Amino acid sequence: MRSADRPLSPHLQIYRWQLTSVLSILHRATGVMLSAGAILLVWWLVAAASGPEAYEGVEDFLGSWIGLLLLSGWTVALFYHLCNGLRHLVWDSGHALDLKSTYIGGWTVVAATAVLTLIAWVAGVSRWVS
Amino acid sequence: MRSPLGRAIGLGSAKEGVEHWWAQRMTAIALVPLSLWFVSAVIGLIGADLETVQNWVSQPLAAILLVLLLIAMFYHVSLGLQVVIEDYVHTELVKLGLVGATRLLCFGFAVAGIFAVLSMALGGSS
Repeated sequence: MRSADRPLSPHLQIYRWQLTSVLSILHRATGVMLSAGAILLVWWLVAAASGPEAYEGVEDFLGSWIGLLLLSGWTVALFYHLCNGLRHLVWDSGHALDLKSTYIGGWTVVAATAVLTLIAWVAGVSRWVS
Repeated sequence: MRSPLGRAIGLGSAKEGVEHWWAQRMTAIALVPLSLWFVSAVIGLIGADLETVQNWVSQPLAAILLVLLLIAMFYHVSLGLQVVIEDYVHTELVKLGLVGATRLLCFGFAVAGIFAVLSMALGGSS
């Protein structure tokens, strides 16, 4: 069977952006981001176990603007990946697979991510200033 | 001429494909409470000095949960990145190399993290 002669589906750029595909791509993107965050967690733990000098290094990095940017980015990524992961688990159980439910679930995930992120940031900042 | 069955034999999961899928779900479920606990604990540690952090890690509950988090997290990362690599890398040797390297790195980072937690919780030499 020659596949070259068959009609090809249009390239990804042709499609209109829609919530379902955007959330799907974001799930993978945040997963990759969080993998990098996992390395930071290990760095933090190893530095804390190693002593003051090593810990100062990780503290300086986390306190810098890039460190703060990464940390705040990772909180969004974590909450999104967690909420959307739960959505995936619901799908795995065979529920909410129709089009309407995927959109309801999708917007629920977006809202839950926003709420959880807001709570974490407010708690973090109020902790920071106190 | 081959029957559809003949073409499929030997190409399936050989009854092992479900293991990856299942492990990813199990680690995902474990990570829900573990990561929520971790985030709230870390927010509580903002601005803390090294000694406070070490004391926090040394608590039995925190140490146990951190070790569980590290195991579930790096297992989940390894499985997830494997799927991403398999989706985009189609040269067999490169794919194998990347998946293997990812797995080894995840194992190494998990061991490093667990060792750090245990040395603070049990040793207290630093």
